[in-house]
Amino acid sequence: MSNEERKTPLYDLHKELGGKMVPFAGYAMPVQYRAGIVQEHLHTREAVGVFDVSHMGQLVVSGSGAASVLEKLLPIDVQALAINQQCYAVMTSEAGGILDDLIITRWGEDEFFLVVNAATAAADIAHLQQHLRGCDIRVLGQQALLAVQGPMAGELIGELAPATRALTFMHGARVELFGEDCYVTRSGYTGEDGFEISVAASAVEKVARKLLEDGRVQMIGLGARDTLRLEAGLCLYGNDMDSDTTPVEASLLWSIAKSRRADGAKAGGFLGADVVLGQIADGVARKRVGFSVEGKIPVRAGADIIDEAGNVVGKVTSGGYGPTLGAAVGMAYVDRGYEKTGTHLQALVRGKTVPIAVSKTPFVPQRYYRG
Amino acid sequence: MSNVKYTESHEWFSIDGDEVTVGITDFAQSQLGDVVYVELPEEGAELAAGDEVAVIESVKAAGDISLPFAATVVAINGALPDDPELVNSDPMGEGWFMRVRPENPADLDQLLSADAYTALVDGE
Repeated sequence: MSNEERKTPLYDLHKELGGKMVPFAGYAMPVQYRAGIVQEHLHTREAVGVFDVSHMGQLVVSGSGAASVLEKLLPIDVQALAINQQCYAVMTSEAGGILDDLIITRWGEDEFFLVVNAATAAADIAHLQQHLRGCDIRVLGQQALLAVQGPMAGELIGELAPATRALTFMHGARVELFGEDCYVTRSGYTGEDGFEISVAASAVEKVARKLLEDGRVQMIGLGARDTLRLEAGLCLYGNDMDSDTTPVEASLLWSIAKSRRADGAKAGGFLGADVVLGQIADGVARKRVGFSVEGKIPVRAGADIIDEAGNVVGKVTSGGYGPTLGAAVGMAYVDRGYEKTGTHLQALVRGKTVPIAVSKTPFVPQRYYRG
Repeated sequence: MSNVKYTESHEWFSIDGDEVTVGITDFAQSQLGDVVYVELPEEGAELAAGDEVAVIESVKAAGDISLPFAATVVAINGALPDDPELVNSDPMGEGWFMRVRPENPADLDQLLSADAYTALVDGE
């Protein structure tokens, strides 16, 4: 038996709703509810899905000059963030690998709110403590996190907290929902418009139950969270990138601020910058791409990818059935020369070859609210 | 129904004369979740006991069906590749996988009765 799994504050609600609990990053989490992954996925693309993401790490980094200190670890322009503005960032190692990916929100001149992956939270905190001397790192262990996602999320949350109507993608505000103090950001992991709501663990069940009283709202499990993010072309840390993968290999160049690149105003200056900037200049031997499957067979993580001659030229890191697409898609690392959109390759599934084609991502258009 | 037998791996076998229809149980489909892909054997395929005869992929996992007895495939459910969700909606009916002719019909005597299978599932 493994160690005792931790429970989020919504554990009882998950059970009550028929959630199938599975171990995930040390927590017992619902992979699906009674409706099942496909219905939950489609519901989120049509109305509003609520996800318990309380297992994720919530941290606050503060201290004089925190913005410039954070730039040592994150290849983004932290100092350029406005108050309540947020940004996606990879946290790089000295070798240029990705230690984690996170969302950072500026709460104050010298105060930043970070949401990090559950499985990496402890290592992230140690890394921050080691490198951010003089900054205070606070773990918000008594905060829960809900994601409210879907095309009707804007109107739903707008009715409850009118101030959120003005929020555009990647901005946050402190509002009350059902009388509870919440920090709400317009962000998510589904490709849809939506919000992430940080709320006290003691209040999250009330907020979730109140949200579920609305006919547009349904709880959604981790299974659909995965198919939604895959269709939206969003990486899953630990699958699609890790400490052995650089942001250039992971096709996350867009996440490196122009100001931090070779000819930028604040070029380099982050851990692994020599490696990362070198790769931007010289290219990389392998790269993450999206692919679509010609046929219905799911091609899952771990499958080898071969060329016409049968040489292994890549490996699948995420893959499966996309319910909105009604087709199988995935992400893979392929060797240099095979990354062009439209390149025909084959995946090996149970010893059989399955034709695939390198495809642009997202597979389903992102529908973020940009005002 | 007394002529339906089961396995511990949640397959059902409906015996009709010298032919047996094969599928997965309601419990199995509920554990797998939404089925999105089914791979069936060729008609006429001769299978040994224990051979993997079909692949089932749901959104979250891949599974397979193996026959606990030697048999020849006499028919497959041609509707499944295009409508794999039949396995979820009607696992004991329209979601059948294949019909086989066992080499030795007595092999089926070792399979679980409906009562024994129900007891097994209730314990899980």
